[in-house]
Amino acid sequence: MSTRASHHQVTTGLNETRWMIIKDRLGRGWYKFRRNPISLVGGVMVLLCVLLAIFAPYVTPYPKHAGAFTDFQNAFQAPSKSHWLGTDALGCDVFTRIIFGSRISLMLTAVVLGISVPVGVFLGLISGYMGGKTETVIMRVTDVFLSLPALVMALAICAAFTPSIDKAMLAVASIWWTWHCRLVNGITRSIKTEEFVQASKVLGASPLRIIFKDILPNCASPVIVKITLDAGFVILVGAGLSFLGLGAQPPAEDLGTMISFGAKYLPERWWMTVFPSLAIFFIILGFNLLGDGLRDVLAVEEGV
Amino acid sequence: MRFSYFVLRRWLYSILVLFGLSILIFIIARMLPGDPARLALGPFALQEQVEHLRHVMGMDKPLPLQYWTYITGIFHGDFGLSFQTRRNVALDIAHYLPATVELVLVAIVWVLVLGVPLGVLAARYKDSWVDNLVRVMAFIGVAVPPFVVGLFLQLTFSYLLGILPTTGRLSLMTPAPPLRTGLLLLDSLIEGDFSALGDALKHIILPSFAIAMTGIGQIARLTRASMSDVANQDYIEASRGFGIPNRVIAFKYMLKPASIAPLTILGLTFASELSNAFLVETVFAWPGLAKYGIRAILRKDFNAVMGVVLIIGLAFVIVNLIVDILAGYVDPRVRIKHEEGE
Repeated sequence: MSTRASHHQVTTGLNETRWMIIKDRLGRGWYKFRRNPISLVGGVMVLLCVLLAIFAPYVTPYPKHAGAFTDFQNAFQAPSKSHWLGTDALGCDVFTRIIFGSRISLMLTAVVLGISVPVGVFLGLISGYMGGKTETVIMRVTDVFLSLPALVMALAICAAFTPSIDKAMLAVASIWWTWHCRLVNGITRSIKTEEFVQASKVLGASPLRIIFKDILPNCASPVIVKITLDAGFVILVGAGLSFLGLGAQPPAEDLGTMISFGAKYLPERWWMTVFPSLAIFFIILGFNLLGDGLRDVLAVEEGV
Repeated sequence: MRFSYFVLRRWLYSILVLFGLSILIFIIARMLPGDPARLALGPFALQEQVEHLRHVMGMDKPLPLQYWTYITGIFHGDFGLSFQTRRNVALDIAHYLPATVELVLVAIVWVLVLGVPLGVLAARYKDSWVDNLVRVMAFIGVAVPPFVVGLFLQLTFSYLLGILPTTGRLSLMTPAPPLRTGLLLLDSLIEGDFSALGDALKHIILPSFAIAMTGIGQIARLTRASMSDVANQDYIEASRGFGIPNRVIAFKYMLKPASIAPLTILGLTFASELSNAFLVETVFAWPGLAKYGIRAILRKDFNAVMGVVLIIGLAFVIVNLIVDILAGYVDPRVRIKHEEGE
């Protein structure tokens, strides 16, 4: 009994120290994050976008104007008190559509990264740990996907489908895993020779345990930084696809689609193009600043 | 590793990647729901006509055989028929490619002429206005879609100031120089037609700059970073001690070792310029390969899509090959890294 009790004490003690270490790290990270004005600004920008997107129906003056809506009598109105950012060719409030449009952009990023990151990380872990033929096959397939610029590859994949936002997401996701696969593959290769991994092996840990318990946690920081920086880049590619007519189809309130339609009315009706452009810039800049800041906080090398 | 061995390995690897790309694109193209023959002939064609076209296009044969026919055709310069232009895709590509090549080349000139000196100046005068300008340009480069850059340039320089043309490669009033290379700047120069040269230059400034924006920021930031690294080396301190002027040190002794890092990402810059071309050509109605490719994608013209994608893949692979070999030549460490990465 007594040994069991002391064992219990020891483990709780261990847990406590571990918890203190985590708390200490979090505290330091938060301190660094706070002291770094760039990451703080980026974080606030991203948070603002997310909140506006979530509460879009409540914060916008004309929630009905998102999606299919026409009011030709009020078309092409310049920015005014009733329509802060003017109205478009169908009489929809541009401000409302921008806020709803940021919903589509954020959803695109979330879906694309939600699918591609786990796949890429998993394949990177497997290929890096197994080595040999498995690695050769996985990494060569990765190379083929990276043999075209991301946007061009996405365009080629889109060609096989009728254009829609779902297909655009699918196309971008089906190339995005490659970046994470490469990143994690590199980390895994260098970590698997470390002593603590060798020790695990000697103790008889299964490969799956080693991969997920010993190696995966060491990939967390670079992958988190990469996800944040990717978020902006995915929005950029998505906006490009819809600008070319291969993403969200009208009357969906997508920012890229809005810009491509508004461009026909330049320069007289500039508000239809300028404001959605600024919105895209705002979102992407937010993610990039946040990513740069996180890189400093988590002490991840440049180049990720 | 010996240099020749490194080059050979790199070549073989590039061929393998291109081969993989052709398979991937072929699978994507054949995955299409619906019948390309039906798409080409329209909804009112008779079933026999569709069957006939399928037979002519070889689509009734098994897939591996179709792939073999396609890939051997490419080596004879036969990319198959385009449904929209009813010509061989190879002819279409030859027709549209030069405009894009010209655009991307001028964009690379922008990157080298603006990006590198800006980076050097930013490293030399830290936290000055040049340094801040580089920072802002780098952020615009990553955060503003290139079509937005294009539209804003158009809005400012064409609509508001009225000093540069909005769209196209030449004004309607300017007779085009005789076709030699397809690059208008070069053709008009050979012909000695300076009014056409000036007109073509005016037209190319805005789209090429919109394409180059991403690269200028990237290269400038990278040049700044590696210049700062080199600045801490002992031999720079020593040359300062000798009283060599700072400007000479910067451009003569620091730029060469500092250019290795920017050189290695030149391949990435090229990639970003190619994808930017797809967006910017649409904004400026530039009659290039990207515009042709997008029309082909929207109209499901598969031979054309495959042709365009393969040509771009080829260009991308070749540029990466050249960059890697150059980097391996300048910096032997790259060769070792490459071997370890295999």
